[in-house]
Amino acid sequence: MENVAERVKKVVVEQLGVNEDEVTNEASFVDDLGADSLDTVELVMALEEEFDCEIPDEEAEKIATVQQAIDYVTAHMPAKDA
Amino acid sequence: MNPLYSRIVATGGYLPERVMHNAELEQMVDTSDAWIFERTGIRSRHIAAENEKTVDMAEQAAHQALQDAGLAAEDLDLIIVATTTPDQVFPSTACLLQARLGNRGAPAFDVQAVCTGFIYALATADQFMRSGAVKNALVVGVESMSRIVDWSDRSTCILFGDGAGAVVLRADAQPGIISTHLHADGAYAELLQVPEGREQLTMQGNAVFRMAVRTLGDIVQETLSKNDLEPEDIDWLVPHQANIRIIQATADKLQLPMDRVVTTVEHHGNTSAASVPLALNDAARRGCFKTDQKILLEAFGGGFTWGSALVRWS
Repeated sequence: MENVAERVKKVVVEQLGVNEDEVTNEASFVDDLGADSLDTVELVMALEEEFDCEIPDEEAEKIATVQQAIDYVTAHMPAKDA
Repeated sequence: MNPLYSRIVATGGYLPERVMHNAELEQMVDTSDAWIFERTGIRSRHIAAENEKTVDMAEQAAHQALQDAGLAAEDLDLIIVATTTPDQVFPSTACLLQARLGNRGAPAFDVQAVCTGFIYALATADQFMRSGAVKNALVVGVESMSRIVDWSDRSTCILFGDGAGAVVLRADAQPGIISTHLHADGAYAELLQVPEGREQLTMQGNAVFRMAVRTLGDIVQETLSKNDLEPEDIDWLVPHQANIRIIQATADKLQLPMDRVVTTVEHHGNTSAASVPLALNDAARRGCFKTDQKILLEAFGGGFTWGSALVRWS
């Protein structure tokens, strides 16, 4: 099974329509990957679906980079997937 | 007794003459055509003239639907208008419309569920028909959103437009309207509202977007499961026209290609309660729908309210 980082990156590639090699851990969705405000909302929803979790609005707003997404998911993933 | 259903036998629509393109908004607030189009799919919207009232637009759409149905106003035994922007606190827009049309005596009332208003009104009329109390009903969705938009707020003034849409329902032994599904959750009131003591709407865009996508996905699923249907059984999606990206997300959930989705948001903007009947009218007049095709109507709006109707076209 793929690890969390790989799964997060896959969602980012699909959702933002960017190349895999652009999706580094440090990449910012808005500044580096060209996402607009609605893209980031859609991205968070796609992450919720992929990892079967709920990301509250105030938490979602803090997820601005690939690494932050990986960290959030790792910390909040349901135990069965960990 | 034979089961009674309601059937949509005619549609009508009206859009004000004045078209406001994104370029005009660029002169009013800090925005651009590209920015608006990328985030909403909207290029232009219609704006009511200064002396054009909500009931004026409702009357135009109603006339067209009645003519299409071959009915006179006196044949109607129910009139429901969905609107958030009535001309007067009272009488209701439905009563004002009734007088314009020349109907006397039929029950007439307004329904207020903002962007879901037309679905609420349609579901209400459908219940009257199923009870056997009503033979011919007029259901109108109409809005003068331009009156409650803050034209200095670039995050909302780009979204809305004015217009009216109408359907005539007739009681029949066959559906027609197969099922309707309504929901609301007032806990979210403040995310999209005209705040108390104010006259213009405010919206927390990202939160509304998220809820809309999630909720519409759920209502579509609920409609399918209640009717033992699979996504591929739906021939057409007629969604509330708020934002092309919300529409796309719902279509994706249904695995429905966009050429089976009726979209008018590009040229209408969000006309709130008028958006679904205007889209339905637009597609019906273009000859999109074939007899017996299944059409799914859905909407989401302030309240929050949300709902759907599954319709077999005839």
